[in-house]
Amino acid sequence: MTESSQDHLERPVRVGRRVFLGMIGLGAVGIVAGAAVQRRLGEMLGSGLGRLLPGGDNFQIYSVTNTFPLITPDRYRLEVTGLVERPLTLTLADLEAMPSTKLVETFQCVTGWQVPDVHWEGVKLSDVLDAARVKPEAVALSFDSYDGSDTESLTLDQARLPDVIVAYRMLGGPITTEHGGPVRLYVAPMFGYKSLKWLSAIRVVDKVEPGFWEQSGYPVNGWLDGSTGPSDSASG
Amino acid sequence: MPASADPSQPSGKALTALRITRFDLVQRVAHWANAVLFGILMLTALPLYFSSVERLVGRHLLIAEIHLWAGVALPVPLVVSVLGPWGARMRRDIRRISRWTEDEVRWLWRLGRNAPQITDKFNPAQKLNAIFVAGAIVVMLGTGLILKWFNVFPVNWREGATFVHEVLGLAIFIVVIGHIGFALTHRDALRSMVRGWVPEAWARKHAPRWLHEEREGVALRRRKTVRSVESRADATADPRGDLL
Repeated sequence: MTESSQDHLERPVRVGRRVFLGMIGLGAVGIVAGAAVQRRLGEMLGSGLGRLLPGGDNFQIYSVTNTFPLITPDRYRLEVTGLVERPLTLTLADLEAMPSTKLVETFQCVTGWQVPDVHWEGVKLSDVLDAARVKPEAVALSFDSYDGSDTESLTLDQARLPDVIVAYRMLGGPITTEHGGPVRLYVAPMFGYKSLKWLSAIRVVDKVEPGFWEQSGYPVNGWLDGSTGPSDSASG
Repeated sequence: MPASADPSQPSGKALTALRITRFDLVQRVAHWANAVLFGILMLTALPLYFSSVERLVGRHLLIAEIHLWAGVALPVPLVVSVLGPWGARMRRDIRRISRWTEDEVRWLWRLGRNAPQITDKFNPAQKLNAIFVAGAIVVMLGTGLILKWFNVFPVNWREGATFVHEVLGLAIFIVVIGHIGFALTHRDALRSMVRGWVPEAWARKHAPRWLHEEREGVALRRRKTVRSVESRADATADPRGDLL
């Protein structure tokens, strides 16, 4: 062994420690500033390429059960029951015949991912409620899904917001099975988990029944601004 | 300095002399436990990220749960193998991996275009791989925990954590696939992670300095044993302390 090659190792550079700590530092910066970086990158690349970026503009598809329920449009029925004067069973055609509302909103998941400028079309939930004539003692709504497991809840005040719809079109076409079609709930002012997929029934009830995700610790009121007080009113 | 065994002279112990231990059992168990956890995490990541895979697999909550617990377990093999009393070789290798010669640093800055004078146990790409994996474990665990217990964190932090988790996740896929590719095309190196040893000829070609140290270390340790029988005063642990 020559002296020179030993000299090499006598003044070693601690690259390992630097790269290791550097990665952790970058990760921390990314947590704090990543959202802004991602948005800037998305703007620079345009929505086409931005969509290919990790974390960019992609829906993460959730189903709480093992499979996606497959309901053909002609077999679809929406039950409106509970504290109403006139229980309803609506077909997709019934919904489409009602006045439609179009929304363009950012779909925001509570865990951090989001999809900007999603186009939605459907019927205002308040119109459906008016058609069923809600009784005065009603306080809240419970929603059931065709998947048989997922449930959601809204107070009556929340449900009457103009940007809470029973949606049958999304992303410029009929709602696909994986996105919760043919009909799903879309609650624009709240995080994505409130927008129940494969909507099968609306039950008008006298108290808020926390839904599936809320039973796993998600806030019952999933306002996008993060206010989670139990008595949030619709005015927020 | 005692004369180390000349590799060109076959001795009575020729068979054992031809095999040099590269990774001891602790290191190999830690490596494969780590590999299994990475495998589980990468497989379960696919349906969590790609809706087309999710559609085939379903069972979102079960897969998310597996992903979460594999992630929480991820640091365990490395931490246990490094910190335990059995981790001497592991710790020594970590020191090797952290210390780079100026030659190797130059290799890093030139993105691998000039081959460094490889003399140590690990070449700079292998070192970089190990450092990357260590850093990735910490960052993926940190961002993953933010995504799991998101309630405590502001929304834009969750977005940032999602972004970091996904970008670094993509990098991990690239690095791990490359790592497996190198392993499958370098059979001696792969064998050393399965059975622990490399042929002496391999060590002489790829890591002559390390081979020299191993031999000196063995010689020094043997000498120390003799000495410590005579007087138990000598407690220098690292044989390289004498070398340098």
